[in-house]
Amino acid sequence: MFQRPLLLNTVLAVAVTATLGLGTAAISQAADQYVPLPTYRVGPYASSGTLWWAGTLDYFRYINEVEGGINGVKINYEEFETEWSPDRTVEVYERVKKGKNGSPLAFFFTHSTPASYALIEKAAIDKIPLIDPAGGRTESTDGTVFPYAFPLLFNYYSQASTGIKYIAQKEGGLDKLKGKKIVTVYHDSAYGRETQAAIKLLAEKYGFENIQIPVADPGNEQSPQWRRVREIKPDWVFLRTWGVSTPVAIKTAARFGIPVDHIIGDVWAGSEADVIPAGTAAKGYQALAPYPGGASFDIHQKLKKHILDTGKSDLRDKKFFGAVYYNIGLVNAVLAVEALRTGYNKFGNRPLNGEEGRWAFEHLVIDDARLKKIGFYGLLQPLRITPEDHEGGGAARIQQWDGKQWQLKTDWIQADRTLLRPLVEAKSAAYAKEKGITRRDPSKEK
Amino acid sequence: MDTHHTMNDTTILPRTGRLDAHLAPVVIKDGKSLYAWLWLLVLAAIPWVGSEYWINAIIIPFLILALAGMGLNLLTGYAGQTSLGSGGFMAVGAFATYAFLTHLHLSFPVAIFLGGLIAALVGLIFGLPSAKIKGFYLMVSSLAAQFLLEWVFVKFPWFYNYSSSATISSPSIEVFGLDISSAQGKYYWILGVVVLLTWIAINLTRSQTGRNWMAIRDMDTAAAVIGIRVNHSKILAFAVSSFYLGVAGALWVFVYLGSAGVQSFSLQRSFQILFIIIIGGLGSISGNFIGAAFITLLPLALDFVSQTLFAGMVDAGVLQNIQKFIFGTLIIWFLIKEPEGIARLLTNARSRLSVWPLRF
Amino acid sequence: MLFLETLIGGLLAGTMYSLVAIGFVLIYKASGVFNFAQGSILLFSALLFVTLHEAGVPFVVAILLTILALVLLAILIEKLVLRPLTNRSPMTLFMATLGLSYAIEGIAQGVMGATVHELDLGIDDVPIFIGDLLVSQFDLVAAVTAVILVTVLALLFNQTRIGISLRAVADDTRAALSIGINLNHIWQIVWAVAGMTGLVAGILWGARQGVQFSLSLVVLKALPVLIIGGFTSIGGAIAGGLIVGASENLAEAYIGPAIGGGITGWFAYFLALAFLFIRPAGLFGERAIERV
Repeated sequence: MFQRPLLLNTVLAVAVTATLGLGTAAISQAADQYVPLPTYRVGPYASSGTLWWAGTLDYFRYINEVEGGINGVKINYEEFETEWSPDRTVEVYERVKKGKNGSPLAFFFTHSTPASYALIEKAAIDKIPLIDPAGGRTESTDGTVFPYAFPLLFNYYSQASTGIKYIAQKEGGLDKLKGKKIVTVYHDSAYGRETQAAIKLLAEKYGFENIQIPVADPGNEQSPQWRRVREIKPDWVFLRTWGVSTPVAIKTAARFGIPVDHIIGDVWAGSEADVIPAGTAAKGYQALAPYPGGASFDIHQKLKKHILDTGKSDLRDKKFFGAVYYNIGLVNAVLAVEALRTGYNKFGNRPLNGEEGRWAFEHLVIDDARLKKIGFYGLLQPLRITPEDHEGGGAARIQQWDGKQWQLKTDWIQADRTLLRPLVEAKSAAYAKEKGITRRDPSKEK
Repeated sequence: MDTHHTMNDTTILPRTGRLDAHLAPVVIKDGKSLYAWLWLLVLAAIPWVGSEYWINAIIIPFLILALAGMGLNLLTGYAGQTSLGSGGFMAVGAFATYAFLTHLHLSFPVAIFLGGLIAALVGLIFGLPSAKIKGFYLMVSSLAAQFLLEWVFVKFPWFYNYSSSATISSPSIEVFGLDISSAQGKYYWILGVVVLLTWIAINLTRSQTGRNWMAIRDMDTAAAVIGIRVNHSKILAFAVSSFYLGVAGALWVFVYLGSAGVQSFSLQRSFQILFIIIIGGLGSISGNFIGAAFITLLPLALDFVSQTLFAGMVDAGVLQNIQKFIFGTLIIWFLIKEPEGIARLLTNARSRLSVWPLRF
Repeated sequence: MLFLETLIGGLLAGTMYSLVAIGFVLIYKASGVFNFAQGSILLFSALLFVTLHEAGVPFVVAILLTILALVLLAILIEKLVLRPLTNRSPMTLFMATLGLSYAIEGIAQGVMGATVHELDLGIDDVPIFIGDLLVSQFDLVAAVTAVILVTVLALLFNQTRIGISLRAVADDTRAALSIGINLNHIWQIVWAVAGMTGLVAGILWGARQGVQFSLSLVVLKALPVLIIGGFTSIGGAIAGGLIVGASENLAEAYIGPAIGGGITGWFAYFLALAFLFIRPAGLFGERAIERV
């Protein structure tokens, strides 16, 4: 970025140092693809974040150093601390949206649902795709209204649907759900409420009783909630907490005698950080896993050989190799890499800009053969993104904590996406109306 | 040791000893007005010299935070009432403005003004306990406000127009009457609001109201003796302060972020605004700008320094924690070295310069 | 029945709040500081303890090493923060402890990492039934710990020279100074003792929710406890904790469902506010502190 002379310096004493930060940057070739990463290595969610970016960085290093980049184009990644604050993520976005060292920005990982919300309009104007796998704004699955938002893999409605479907499986079929009581204990925030519309629809369709119980942030004392759960005597509990509220929920549930194997955790309540602090109370706890835990996938063998054993890993505590959050980092990184590869194959091997980045993500196809080739078979579901469908997968496996590690219980369970699509479209239509957006027609695009 | 220090302990502020400056006549001296015009010129020129990044990501949040700091400073720095509820009052302003925009379809300037008034009303209600309680105890009242408001704006969907995500976002841009989709448009809009409110704040602090506040801050029993309506003045300070915070909150959502939920106005935000006024200078209008500049730029400067000095050598997580450590240490250092904030440091430097080289 | 169970559960949960609040009271009594960094000290001590323990250091040795670190920390805080800020307003001191909390959290997580640790004290958190009443075994242990801690502190303050000096400082700082009590020394001791109560609270909270950053957030629940109990009384901190715990649980159970639930974030503060109007000095406040 070009550094301008600033009159401001007279006003803002510290400005000088900060402006230098824009002009001088690590010297690298202009042919590198710039990938900024908003991170949270400090603050309340750091226990998840540190593992997440270890996974992402390890995979990027593997691509750069072992495979020599993507089609020869290396990734120039850079971290920005946000403490999971949407406001600071917006600041990062403004800072990086013009790219760096001659590389435009092909896409922007938001790494947080609230940040995805905050950026959705800006990014549409700037033409920069927002990538937020298993998060983001649910209705942005509809790419005809949200061309630049990608809640990849597994949006919140799909999470609800897969969760209910697994419960049905355990009960012996969807028809057996009738009359059952399913309690959702949720983190009282936008994230926690996002599945409510989908569960309501599913409850009406299958005839189960839907009870929603909120937990106030941060949620380190939950006796009243679980006492209520005990009064209700539910058949199943769907746990949609986040951060410290998950281990506290599992422990408090045990204290009130709720059987742990009848609690199904959602994506963001299903990692080591959620069960280890709960100790023995978590043994038998199950969770949705679009990113399963474990270090036995092919990619882990490669990383162990080339990154961990050569001392290049960002992972501080090696026992977390293959932890859920580490694997989330890997999957996020591979989605970026595969999308960039798709783009390079079309536009040539050079850094992509935002519009090209969008094309790349909208034509991202990862089938089983490809998954086997890149070592992600079983860790990542087969994926087909289209301009209309920015989710592309909609499935998760179920993993169960055995007290030491996560055991995979099932193969990919597909959410009922046809049932949920009208809900998504109704919401995207409302958004289009509110903002005066005309739906695009992808079939008319070249 | 000062034998009266236990007495001093009971006040929230260090004695400033520069009451004369505040009580200066409202007429601005020639030299000062020249300064003011120079500042305005600099501010107006920013879009030509600053990059879009600087305007969108640094200057705009800086101006809004300075405005929020001004709100809290009127309350804490001038009227001597403590509050940790700034974030909550900002949220009231933002959500109320949103309600006026979506339910009544008012134009943006009107909505933001009314949003500020609603915030003032809420501030007034939470300021009522100030008639009876003080200091840390009053802080509890403000914390009650903070947590209750956070809960209200998540719990009742009406406030965010039933969007499932509990976030509010600026309705289409034409509503604003002024094109604020561009960085420059936004900047001038905010600049206008901030200059207007700063002008009002300066005049307010020099008016009878401001003098009453300072009298209450310095010793409320004495203020009562000389006939100031203490409770009335305190509650007025809460209302005015919350108006400023409310406007700042609305600007934060609709002009800076574009879309936000109540988590943008958490307790952390309240702390941040408190830091701004402490670092910048309690009881100083320019201090709010200095404090806000410091808060906005310090993380960037730390980021830059640590990346150039230590990049690759230390683990990124450690680096981030070192920054946090430095930030905390700097706060303590400032409190020890200059309790009246950077504004005071600058004043001292200027007065020293003005007599240079003839200092005796 | 449900009412009784909720009440007892709430009272027991409240002792966990009391444990945190005691550390505040000690510091406030001796130095008039509302120490916001108590939460970070709690995090620091629990994290240090669990890191040492995981590295193979035996339980008791790990405790002793942590206590040693807390004493060092107290001396550093006194020399670098409190002493230069002597005679500043309480608000300035409060702000300084806010800065201190950033510094301590940065150091703690920078050195010991941000990943979550399990802390297993060997207490099963399973329900026990007394008649039809469900009681948490873990909460019972916490309650007993609180009783022991208060007894130890009472002995310390009533039977030892240090304790008597401390009370002298709390009662009348200038009189204490004039009879030759070294104020700086007292501060160091009090901050160290407060750190140790933080360690006890940190270990118990850590066993319940895992040792990680969120531990520092329990500080937010301590403030209403202090208002209700009074800033200067340990007995008050206990009573305040019980009241907050019980009423919060009852409110979430009986008022919560009617207004959408999740009210525990602010309920305690409103209770505290109500108390302020009725009894501004808190239940056990020693002085008529209308203005702090």
